[in-house]
Amino acid sequence: MPHIPAPKRIGVLAIQGDYAAHAAALEEVGAEPVAVRKPEELEPLEALVLPGGESTTMLKFLEKHQFFQALQRYCASNPVFGTCAGAILLAREVLNPTQRSLGLVDVTIQRNAYGRQIDSSILTAPTSLPGGPLEMVFIRAPRILKVGHGVEVLARRDGDPVLIRQGHIMAATFHPELSHDRRVHSAFLALVDSANRR
Amino acid sequence: MPEPNEKNGFTSTSLRLKVGLAEMLKGGVIMDVMNVEQARIAEEAGAASVMALERVPAMIRAEGGVARMAKPSLIKQIIQAVSIPVMAKARIGHFAEAQILQELGVDFIDESEVLTPADETHHIDKHAFTTPFVCGARNLGEALRRIAEGAAMIRTKGEAGTGDVVHAVQHMRQIVKEMKALTVLSDQELYAAAKEHQAPYELIRMVAQAGKLPVPNFSAGGIATPADAALMMQLGAEAIFVGSGIFMKERATPLDVENNPKEREEAVSRAKAIVTATTHYNDPKILAEVSEQVTGTMKGLAAAAIEEAQLLQTRGW
Repeated sequence: MPHIPAPKRIGVLAIQGDYAAHAAALEEVGAEPVAVRKPEELEPLEALVLPGGESTTMLKFLEKHQFFQALQRYCASNPVFGTCAGAILLAREVLNPTQRSLGLVDVTIQRNAYGRQIDSSILTAPTSLPGGPLEMVFIRAPRILKVGHGVEVLARRDGDPVLIRQGHIMAATFHPELSHDRRVHSAFLALVDSANRR
Repeated sequence: MPEPNEKNGFTSTSLRLKVGLAEMLKGGVIMDVMNVEQARIAEEAGAASVMALERVPAMIRAEGGVARMAKPSLIKQIIQAVSIPVMAKARIGHFAEAQILQELGVDFIDESEVLTPADETHHIDKHAFTTPFVCGARNLGEALRRIAEGAAMIRTKGEAGTGDVVHAVQHMRQIVKEMKALTVLSDQELYAAAKEHQAPYELIRMVAQAGKLPVPNFSAGGIATPADAALMMQLGAEAIFVGSGIFMKERATPLDVENNPKEREEAVSRAKAIVTATTHYNDPKILAEVSEQVTGTMKGLAAAAIEEAQLLQTRGW
């Protein structure tokens, strides 16, 4: 019998937002998604996804029961992928308005920077991920204004970084979970693999 | 007609973006607000979005008169005051109100039976807009007719402005039951099902394959307590609209959140409790805790005591 490895158990923060879309995307790339609604649910998981949604809603929730601190500790040492609101939570500095964040990725990010819902868009742009240009769904998207030295930019939109990696953390200002292309989620699972080997 | 694709999603860019924003609101609470202070309270309490309107349904019901789109100045003030998405209501069929709301930059337009209908035959052609629409439905056929017209989100209708959850429950159960029934039909039988539901065959087939609507399904109307929110989420709602339940004191009198700190605190406690209950809808321990923290609940009006002609939910064709 060939050895079939157990699927990776990847948490999806399920306070509010498109956590169901991320769960479906993770299943498609062979992982087992686990909804996380309480701080004690983080510890047994190999990695975590912070979905899109409203960052203020998530933040208000995290500020109760020491969830913020637990999440900060978890994300400091485990692979994490944040999209849109999730990327805002991970950033070092948040503008428009200024708000608290986990401060784990060395970027300055501006909320709702491309406008309101009528300015949301689907674009295709080059990426350093293998396989050619990538479709990107931007919804009331934030904009990364500045990146620090340790941050690798994997894709840009008109010069703005939109997909980045710093160590064991990935972040996107768009929503790969809303496209059919699973390269971004696969790249995150590869990151989880390499973190396990270290 | 929207083009379904192999994964039971929509393929047009416009519809994907509209449904995409609806996806972002899942698991959240959308709160009716009548002024800037209420909008700030809603955001502070963790609302995922606010619905800007001049009178909540409980007041419309009590005061009567023609209920129309909110004043542009109010909508603009609320857009300025909060960073979360802002929704606003247009009358059924009133595409000119919807054009104005799109121009003002609202993020979602609610073509709502809570306002006085402007057209007793036609709903708005929602494909003609860039801004996404949410519409109410009491059964699967009504939901699919609205989706055919371009709605990117459905809210199952309860009886708005009552604080009585009974009709929200009835209609959520109805839609879920009708969707389940479709999943066991053969391909041949789906044509007749489309006729029965008075809905396009393509959408009937999508529901039969997926067992769910092709757009998010939220719950609205009569939700007044954390327990009500948890009930609707457990019955299958993907997010919750709360109207009169947070900012109303008596049937037609709002809490004075601008001048009375105690009443402001009461509104904050209700709003926070409903937000927490919507996330932890399956956790009775947390639901008990947040229910205890609420000070006061809107008085409410039993939906069964309302005459048929006075019901808002029957509007929609």
